[in-house]
Amino acid sequence: MSKKKAKKVKLIGKTKKDEAAGAVITGRLRSLRDVENHYCGGCGHGIIHRLICEAIDEFGIRERTIAVAPVGCAVIAYDYWDFDVSEAAHGRTPAVATGIKRTLPDRIVFTYQGDGDLAAIGTAEIIHTANRGENITVIFVNNGVYGMTGGQMAPTTLAGQKTSTSIYGRSLRRDGYPLKMLEMLAVLPGTRYLERVSVHSAQEVLRARRAIKKAFKMQIDGKGFSMVEVLSMCPTYWGMTPVQAADRIKNDVTTFYPLGVIKSC
Amino acid sequence: MAKKILMCGNDACGEGAVLAGCRFYAGYPITPQNELTAYMSRRMGDVGGVFIQAESELAAINMVFGAAAAGGRAMTSSSSPGMSLKQEGISYLVGCELPCVIVNIQRGGPGLGNIAPAQSDYFQAVKGGGHGDYKMIVFGPSSVQELMDQTALAFDLADKYRNPVCILGDGLLGQMMEPVSMKTDDYKPQVVEKPWALTGCLGRKPNIIRSLLLGDGALEEHNKKLQEKYRRIKEAEVRAEALNTKDADVIIVAYGSVGRIAKAAMEDARAEGLKVGYIRPITLWPFPEKLIAEAAAKCGRFLVVEMSAGQMVEDVRLAVNGRARVDFYGRMGGGVPTEEEIGLAISPK
Repeated sequence: MSKKKAKKVKLIGKTKKDEAAGAVITGRLRSLRDVENHYCGGCGHGIIHRLICEAIDEFGIRERTIAVAPVGCAVIAYDYWDFDVSEAAHGRTPAVATGIKRTLPDRIVFTYQGDGDLAAIGTAEIIHTANRGENITVIFVNNGVYGMTGGQMAPTTLAGQKTSTSIYGRSLRRDGYPLKMLEMLAVLPGTRYLERVSVHSAQEVLRARRAIKKAFKMQIDGKGFSMVEVLSMCPTYWGMTPVQAADRIKNDVTTFYPLGVIKSC
Repeated sequence: MAKKILMCGNDACGEGAVLAGCRFYAGYPITPQNELTAYMSRRMGDVGGVFIQAESELAAINMVFGAAAAGGRAMTSSSSPGMSLKQEGISYLVGCELPCVIVNIQRGGPGLGNIAPAQSDYFQAVKGGGHGDYKMIVFGPSSVQELMDQTALAFDLADKYRNPVCILGDGLLGQMMEPVSMKTDDYKPQVVEKPWALTGCLGRKPNIIRSLLLGDGALEEHNKKLQEKYRRIKEAEVRAEALNTKDADVIIVAYGSVGRIAKAAMEDARAEGLKVGYIRPITLWPFPEKLIAEAAAKCGRFLVVEMSAGQMVEDVRLAVNGRARVDFYGRMGGGVPTEEEIGLAISPK
């Protein structure tokens, strides 16, 4: 992130077609702090943080938004987001969000969770929060590894993928199968909008932007539980360059985790 | 005169919370505290509060974390095995300085144990329980009335100090019925401003609720601040009941349900002409160590009675600090000491 002085947000090229795709925003966002970031080169978190802030600024909800940060690389998301944020114990993120949203139902509450947080230690919390139909938004960042702790195997690590705890590659016999959280949650009547997107290319970033915006809109309209899974790069623990990591999502990850709307009702 | 109602301890605890303005309750079924969860499911509906039957004790304590972070008065309750699950959440609540009330209607352990009354979670409640250096204010009510009153007070103290407060009851207290005075006329919750709460940053800088402090020395500073808070709590919030200690040859120390049995045993002994005194810690943390230390300057013997293998007795020994003999009588696994048993422990035949 640049250290330029904050600029006023301006929307450019706002044709109807662009609006449908989500208008392009340039300049510094009000919701995003003007600070350097700590994420590794080629990591997707910075892009996803920004997409969330774009949605919040566009809806003008910064002053009534409360986020719940995960335990994982994004635990200090509050260093980047310029609105109210709570930490949560690992995986308990949706339970904390439930407590906030039920106490202050007119606020916009979202969780930002990694795959370890959401799909391993916090599996019970996400399933039951979704099943209660809590009117919150979940941004689920799936990069297939535990980044913060040094690249261990995650519940979303693909078969054969090498990590620090699967050095010969994930063995389905030893480690079981990667979890498809959205597909699991889709069978619950409490979920309203579930989409999987990626940030491996400019085109996909725009699609991710649109999905995140829709997920927030669902909450603003009081429609219930919405979740966007964002496939994201972790070049550091994939042992790849940023470009290779982006290609891996396109070629390998999306084969197992198909992009698109899983459920919308 | 406030009107008197016959209530079981668990219901009275719930009503104390409602009186204090608790408008968020999350819990999970476990015996012998189920009446409390059921009571809150009904009363939260009556008063426009939130009731959630959580998917686990972990979720329940973290829902309370969220409600507390949002500035609400929130409570969860459980019994011993469930309290073990809540310890993670309690550590985070303390680290983030979030106020809430946590009720433990203790049962026998370890493991699944049984559903009979016990006091074997004393260490867990007063010494920390979860990870990190921390303290909760812990009340040990000994009657249904106290359970109601101390639950209400717990909310005020939690907000005052931005710290969780624990009500350490037991299955006997939770299940038994007694007439209680509804303190609707003379009690007003002490409502404090919560400028730190997450309410959306309208007209102010964003608030952050955190316990992660990675900066050089930042966590040590945070711990020093917590310890300073505990020092203030120790100065201001010690509560205890003391009777007949001045001339006593032996002082019984007991809390909670056992406290009232010990009191009866003390009265029996006095009737027989024995010089027996009685100290009942009402706050288990902060512990009435000064009161016990002062008593130890005059009294040569203490008898600590608990429904455990001997937990509070360690705090009594620390307070006595070798100046008097400290004996212990305890029952475990659901056993409740009787007046006769305590009498025998006072003067072994």
